Amino acid sequence: MDNNTTKRKYSVEELKKYKKRSMWAEVWRNFKKNRTAMVGLFIVIALVIIAVFSHFYYDYAADIVHQELKDRFQKPSAEHWFGTDSFGRDVFTRIVYGAQYSLSVGIVAVAISCALGTTLGVIAGFYGGVTENIILRVCEVFVGIPSVLLGIAIMAAFGQSIVVLMFAIGLVYVPMYCRTARAAVLPVRGEEYIEAARIAGVGDFGIMFKHILPNSLSPIIVQITMGVASGILTASSLSFLGLGVPLPSPEWGAMLSEGRAYIRDYGYLTIFPGLAIMITVLAFNLMGDGLRDALDPKLKQ
Amino acid sequence: MSEKDIVLDLQNLRVRFETEDGIVYAVNGLDMKLEKGKAIGLVGETGAGKTTTALALLRLVPDPPGVVECDKLELNGQDVLNMGIHDLEKVRGKDISMIFQDPMTALNPVFTVGEQIAESIFLHEKCTYAEAQQRAVEMLELVGIPGERANEYPHQFSGGMKQRVVIAIALACHPQLLIADEPTTALDVTIQAQVLDLMKNLRKQYQTSLIMITHDLGIVADICDEVAVMYAGTIVEKGTLEDVFNHTKHPYTEGLFNSLPNINDRKAMLTPIKGLMPDPTNLPEGCPFHPRCPYADEDCKKPQVVRNISDSHYVRCGAYDRPGFHIERKER
Amino acid sequence: MIRYVLKRILMMIPVLLAVSFVVYFLMDLAPGDIVMQLAPTDATAEQIEQLRKDLGLDGPLLTRYFRYVGNLLKGDLGQSLSQNRPVMELFMDRFPATVKLAVGSLIVAIGISFPLGIAAATHHRSWLDGSSMVTAMIGVSMPSFWLGLLLIMLFASKLNLLPSGGDSGFLSLILPAITLGANQAGSLTRTVRSSMLDVIRQDYLRTARAKGVSEKQVIRKHALKNALIPILTVLGSTLGNALGGSVTVEAVFAWPGVGRLTVSAINNRDMTLATGCIIMFTLMLNLTLLAVDIAYAFVDPRIRARYSK
Repeated sequence: MDNNTTKRKYSVEELKKYKKRSMWAEVWRNFKKNRTAMVGLFIVIALVIIAVFSHFYYDYAADIVHQELKDRFQKPSAEHWFGTDSFGRDVFTRIVYGAQYSLSVGIVAVAISCALGTTLGVIAGFYGGVTENIILRVCEVFVGIPSVLLGIAIMAAFGQSIVVLMFAIGLVYVPMYCRTARAAVLPVRGEEYIEAARIAGVGDFGIMFKHILPNSLSPIIVQITMGVASGILTASSLSFLGLGVPLPSPEWGAMLSEGRAYIRDYGYLTIFPGLAIMITVLAFNLMGDGLRDALDPKLKQ
Repeated sequence: MSEKDIVLDLQNLRVRFETEDGIVYAVNGLDMKLEKGKAIGLVGETGAGKTTTALALLRLVPDPPGVVECDKLELNGQDVLNMGIHDLEKVRGKDISMIFQDPMTALNPVFTVGEQIAESIFLHEKCTYAEAQQRAVEMLELVGIPGERANEYPHQFSGGMKQRVVIAIALACHPQLLIADEPTTALDVTIQAQVLDLMKNLRKQYQTSLIMITHDLGIVADICDEVAVMYAGTIVEKGTLEDVFNHTKHPYTEGLFNSLPNINDRKAMLTPIKGLMPDPTNLPEGCPFHPRCPYADEDCKKPQVVRNISDSHYVRCGAYDRPGFHIERKER
Repeated sequence: MIRYVLKRILMMIPVLLAVSFVVYFLMDLAPGDIVMQLAPTDATAEQIEQLRKDLGLDGPLLTRYFRYVGNLLKGDLGQSLSQNRPVMELFMDRFPATVKLAVGSLIVAIGISFPLGIAAATHHRSWLDGSSMVTAMIGVSMPSFWLGLLLIMLFASKLNLLPSGGDSGFLSLILPAITLGANQAGSLTRTVRSSMLDVIRQDYLRTARAKGVSEKQVIRKHALKNALIPILTVLGSTLGNALGGSVTVEAVFAWPGVGRLTVSAINNRDMTLATGCIIMFTLMLNLTLLAVDIAYAFVDPRIRARYSK
């Protein structure tokens, strides 16, 4: 060991920074070792880039929804990589453009359910007693309803649009975050540093969100990545049932539903959108799985 | 001593664990011979390779990461080393069995203790399952537990009782060789004595040979005929109780004795052995004890040979090449 | 034990009432009016009001809801507005098909996940482990309606081996059961593996090996029974959800189950039917979870001891 470095005195600020960075550096180092997780991360990054660029690159009216009936049902070729659909629209372009729907629905829905669920969960775990009981009972009610059906009911009540879809899926997954956050807070609740913060005069909310939550982040982070995956899956299910993103938007689930009518002769119309959904969902799942291992090395041992 | 009476003949056992962080050399050339009905104490610090040795005798070292090599491993004249897995399963629990360190985790929580004892009997003896259960009840009574408790589950028993159950499982088929891996470490002191007495009596009754793994020299003195002192995967000194306790030869053995509290002089300071066990991924050359040894010199970094003191007593220490060398502990 | 079960069943009642309120409330928010659909096109305003009263749909939301709950507490799920039949009858008509699909999918899921998960755990960190985990992950990530369509394409359209939809005997069950089962197998495989991995390191397995128990028996008898608790939990919620009808799989295979019944009820704004169906699902789910809790007691004596206290 090098004595010179250990003798140097660090300021508190420097130490804090060092500590923080080293924790995330450690997570990143563990994550990097996981090949499948890296593949997942790579696909997710690629999808985000595709979603953003296609939004600006393509013209919605001319490239995405414009119908060219003379070009309908062309099999995959050099010109139309994934062929064309029943309205003569290029399937590849629509799938590329469709990435933004799935990603935005998945991500916004998770943001909603995570914000709401985590807050409720932390409050439940922190206060315990009656508050906890009420929150958990409400969660139980929502868990009792199959998620797709609850989603359908919400879509029916508030009308079909992408924003409602985001909220519908967001609400469906609130209980999951609530339970995860509560479970993560429970063991931390009795820790001495929480007592110390209270003695130092930090208020309840300060303790909850500055002291407790950061120490319970790992399971929530994992839940978030996996949540995007299941959010995308549920959204595409709803769209497949005709209750998600309204037509003619190139949402993958909706495209699949359209293509289904021609399954006998033009199978590619169902194959490609489904493949896009699967790859996206798989990428988030692989990433979440890798994050879980990286955040909690004990689990892997 | 005729060859027939040898229960265990082990030559040059080597076990290493190949892990991501390097190769752990757990056992490095260990020989052991044990006569029928005799008990040997395998003494050493935590990490000396005692448990690994025991598991290697049953060929239970997890593989991977464990790699076991050996020149000879015979049990009652049977070559256990090259035995097929099927034959091996017939030997385990029947000819050789083991009592594990922690009774809290050694029993399967979802089966009754009766079932767990009966399983062993049913596997190895020609009998119906009902007979096996009947014998399991008898075994329980033998270890001092009322037979009607056979239908209870491990979580309904205390630690000492669980260890009795573990002993009952191990002795259910009257094995020739019993390995006890720190059987009392996890127990209260008062329970320890009971369990040791039980083992002593049962061993006498069944003429079972015993390898007692422990770091407690008191237990060795109480139960064993011979002692082998292990350090960093090798036996550094071996002999009868008399040899090792009263004519200590190896500096490490001396260190062990010096670090025991002296009941006659309660004010005396304990003399711990300086330093720590060497890192098993990076063992020192020559005698593994030399970095901690007060007598060490340059020659100790060379490979060490076994030096016979008497027929029953040997030591693995090069210092005895020096004229007039003796350790400071007075021979009593 | 019986007291515990009774307590659990009693605790379901408030949950069911709350579920009924949530669904009833959502359905009321939905635009579109079933009365307008049912009334003849040339009906006068008075006639429509009269019909509304006859159907019990007049008055403010809470009045109507309490009227509904009053009947519900008597065990009456009401009359379907769109089909003019008792909700219970409609539900029970469809329920057998749903049970068939749920059980079939569970058999597929167990058949895949147990061997795969156990093999992955016993060969931890080998290629077998890695590839079965990726396979499981693909199973979890695959949209079930897509898999269903692919299977239809291959086995019904191309090979003409199996029917592509409807419930017409055992052959017609195969594709839907595989579709739903593959999805469930994904998460189940992961659970089997991780709980086996937890158990495989336990000392009592070493004790069993030292007794001379064969490796096969060590895994199948000693390890599996201990690993069963978390597996049962996942199995229970899988079955519970499948009993709620997999809406998408039923839609793909035109399977006459309760999932599709509910979707059409929601789409038709038939609030009694929709609420009734969802209440029944919740009941099924909770009963399955209760059954799982009871099953725990059979697997683990420690839990058994806790229940009897």
